[in-house]
Amino acid sequence: MLQSTLAPFRALDPFADMRRMQSDMNELFNGYGLAQRPQVYPAVNFWAGQDSIVLTAELPGLSEDDIELTVKDTTAVLRGSYPERASGEDVAWRRRERPSGSFSRTVELPFRVDPDRVDARFRNGVLTVEMQRPEEDKPKRIKIKAS
Amino acid sequence: MAQELTAQGGREVTRGETGSSRTAMTFMPAVDIFEQGEVTVIMADMPGVAPDDMDVTLERQVLTLRGHVRPHAPEGYRRIAAEYREGDYERAFTLSDEVDQDKIKADFKHGVLRLELPRAAEAKPKKIPVKAA
Repeated sequence: MLQSTLAPFRALDPFADMRRMQSDMNELFNGYGLAQRPQVYPAVNFWAGQDSIVLTAELPGLSEDDIELTVKDTTAVLRGSYPERASGEDVAWRRRERPSGSFSRTVELPFRVDPDRVDARFRNGVLTVEMQRPEEDKPKRIKIKAS
Repeated sequence: MAQELTAQGGREVTRGETGSSRTAMTFMPAVDIFEQGEVTVIMADMPGVAPDDMDVTLERQVLTLRGHVRPHAPEGYRRIAAEYREGDYERAFTLSDEVDQDKIKADFKHGVLRLELPRAAEAKPKKIPVKAA
């Protein structure tokens, strides 16, 4: 910030630095907190088992009915929308940090899953989805015969 | 009516616990604050916290929200990708005199804490009659 004062013509505008500082400050405050948020929403964690996979996502404030989960082959799609915020003439907002609106996220799974054997649970704002590999896809142990 | 005590921000780490394991972190929950009529509402996102592990304390004028998360790891599974981390939540607010501290209501549902802080009767605007001279 300070180096640029040496640039030509800069001296003509005594308020340039002040303005720049102000816009830097605005950026700092506007972006604060938001910058930490991931580009994709919601963030998910994955666990892998022998023939199954578990996906978890934090979706506070939603209930089972607000989330739509579809699973096909190796993709899982998570859709949902947050309940409307309080609104009206008598509502005065002081701070808004919680997520709002709707989201859709497609997640690529490491293997094909059986859509009939998906177990999804929602508890305390955390979604846990357990998916099983179809029987026919499971690696089979081949018996080696002695010759 | 409710002033933040500590630095603001979304999912920030407020402090690391000593002797830390992977999950021993404390986050600052995201909050919504609005006033509706005579009530100030604070909503704080604390996913993963069971209602019994939610702790709201009011000491002098300081309202502290604490949520304890029991680390969630499915048995027999190994973690392959982590986009978010689990940890406890903590955030504190200083209340002004306008809040009726005996009538604060708290409700915890779907990982969201909802606090209702009603305005104290004496803080309601009083009309002072102006006498004509």
